[in-house]
Amino acid sequence: MKLKRRSFLGTATLATASLSAPALMGQTRPRVVVIGGGSGGGTVARYIAKDSNGAVDVTLIEPSRRYYTCYFSNLYLGGFWEYDALGHDYGNIARTGVNVVHDWAVGVDRDAQTVALASGERVPYDRLVVAPGIDFVEGSVPGWDVSQQSLMPHAYKSGTQVQLLKHQIETMREGGLFVMVAPPNPYRCPPGPGERVCMVAHMLAQSNPSAKILVVDPKETYSKQALFEEGWERHYPGMVTRIGPDFGGENVEVRPEEMEVIIDGMVEKADVVNVIPAQKAGKIAELAGLTNDTGWAPVRPGDMRSTMDENIFVLGDASHQGAMPKSGFSANSQAKVVANVIRGELTGSRIFPARYSNTCWSLIATDDGVKVGATYEPGAEQIESVTSFISQTGEDADLRRQTYEESIGWYNGIVADIFG
Amino acid sequence: MKQPLKLLFCIGALLAPVQTVAQAIPIGDATAGAEIYRRECASCHQIGDGAQHRIGPHLNRIFDRGAGSHDDFRYSEALLRQGRDGLRWDLRRLDAYIENPRALVSGTRMSYRGLSDPERRADLIAYMRAYSDQPQNIPEAAPTARGREVNLSAEILSIEGDIEYGEFLSSECTTCHQRSGDHAGIPGIVGWPEEDFVVAMHAYKQKLRPHEVMQSVAQRLDEEEIAALAAYFRELGRE
Repeated sequence: MKLKRRSFLGTATLATASLSAPALMGQTRPRVVVIGGGSGGGTVARYIAKDSNGAVDVTLIEPSRRYYTCYFSNLYLGGFWEYDALGHDYGNIARTGVNVVHDWAVGVDRDAQTVALASGERVPYDRLVVAPGIDFVEGSVPGWDVSQQSLMPHAYKSGTQVQLLKHQIETMREGGLFVMVAPPNPYRCPPGPGERVCMVAHMLAQSNPSAKILVVDPKETYSKQALFEEGWERHYPGMVTRIGPDFGGENVEVRPEEMEVIIDGMVEKADVVNVIPAQKAGKIAELAGLTNDTGWAPVRPGDMRSTMDENIFVLGDASHQGAMPKSGFSANSQAKVVANVIRGELTGSRIFPARYSNTCWSLIATDDGVKVGATYEPGAEQIESVTSFISQTGEDADLRRQTYEESIGWYNGIVADIFG
Repeated sequence: MKQPLKLLFCIGALLAPVQTVAQAIPIGDATAGAEIYRRECASCHQIGDGAQHRIGPHLNRIFDRGAGSHDDFRYSEALLRQGRDGLRWDLRRLDAYIENPRALVSGTRMSYRGLSDPERRADLIAYMRAYSDQPQNIPEAAPTARGREVNLSAEILSIEGDIEYGEFLSSECTTCHQRSGDHAGIPGIVGWPEEDFVVAMHAYKQKLRPHEVMQSVAQRLDEEEIAALAAYFRELGRE
């Protein structure tokens, strides 16, 4: 009984380790390069360095010196979270032994196994982890491109864009109109747009109660829809209108200079417009030839390894893996599987079967938190959901407050896990 | 909440003269339970006419009451949390709590070692039941419903956890529960006695403890994996 698990795992480890370890024997220290220092990349770099005790040379390439989490940036919009508390630097990741390089990765030479940096340097790797997050699909909202992001912010990669959007909403004329152009599936943070509407409504209800919110959405349904719509009705009655695809929500165009949104041919004058375009894997994944015609990078469900390259793993939002939502929690969960596999392949340490999980909390109003979550396992083709749960409509106030408090505990937990 | 009310009427009917319906076996011997209550519980908990909160809350109408739900009693945060998560005192849960309070509610302030003899617990609960007017959660017609809550064999409790595997598994926990043991909004899990950890996880696995995230995490952990986690987090507490 006592030895069953151990002997099973022992066998599994031997089998996997023998695939690749011999090729690397004799070399000084195996090298792992991680592109992108967010929830996926930051976690994988830290875990490999921490758990290998210096046996693996880990380099993290991340242009920003301070990382602002996308999660909780909506709470900052709503006035529930300080901007500075969204930011985390890389000091502690470096202290676990990761070589943190603040530069842009501009190319990957998969034959030579090197990453090209904007500085011109080339960084060699034995295993590469690509975790660049998202980029926007050009032309997905006609009339909008990134050059218009100061007129119509996307605010979907945290940081200064969210500050800008908050400023625009705060200074909006009395009784003005806020329009959100919601993205089509799949996109980062499925409950993000709905939560953002709640947070904007919360802010407006206090400072500009005659203002209106219009959501233009190409999707029939969306994450936590019943919970958000119950919340809009309860806390912000009459403020929010959503136009779904049946009323032209999928046929939208913007004119940033004129601050106009054209919905199914009808021109709507707006005061603040938040355009969240369609999304795809961060550009470097495409440059490295790791994406397919979906715009995302397909991976094997058991270990997040690129289907295009044995030595490359793709993590988090950029990956096309199956049932897991694109979230910081998912990326962090996937990173731990990848860290275990890479360390096993490079050092012979034990490799355990993958397991993934995700929970997404959202805030609807003061002390009114909800959550949705699931556990996942690798299936034959893709990652599949095993069990799932979601908050219910009509829950009592104490439970909602506890869920909100739990979300703060989670935030502090995950950033401690990555950056702490 | 319609369902329990209906049940209440059904059971009310059953308790009326027609004793032959169903195999309405008593939970236990309430007379023997009175004596157990006096020795084990009465120094902290009052029950019966005019009972007041003392060291512990009074126990009138405890059945079907939400955990930590007397507004005028100061409970531990742990018990309040469980109450908000939906813990209600039905027969199974009362039985589990009396057997080992800290196994069901790890942070409870009730400093009671527990009552291991199932028969004596049954007697005690039969006595307490007489002071509840909401006995609908007592499945008298289904004696199999009574039993140990987390029925863990000595074999399960003695599994030696594989710490290295536990370290890998722990990475799922540390997305929320901090490795440092810090806790705010989410409980700390570092440095627990292994047995408490094992019992708690099995209680989530069996959905005895309420909390959807934990139930879903625990559901796919097998006995050895739970032991591995318990061993790892105990070790982490020693660092």
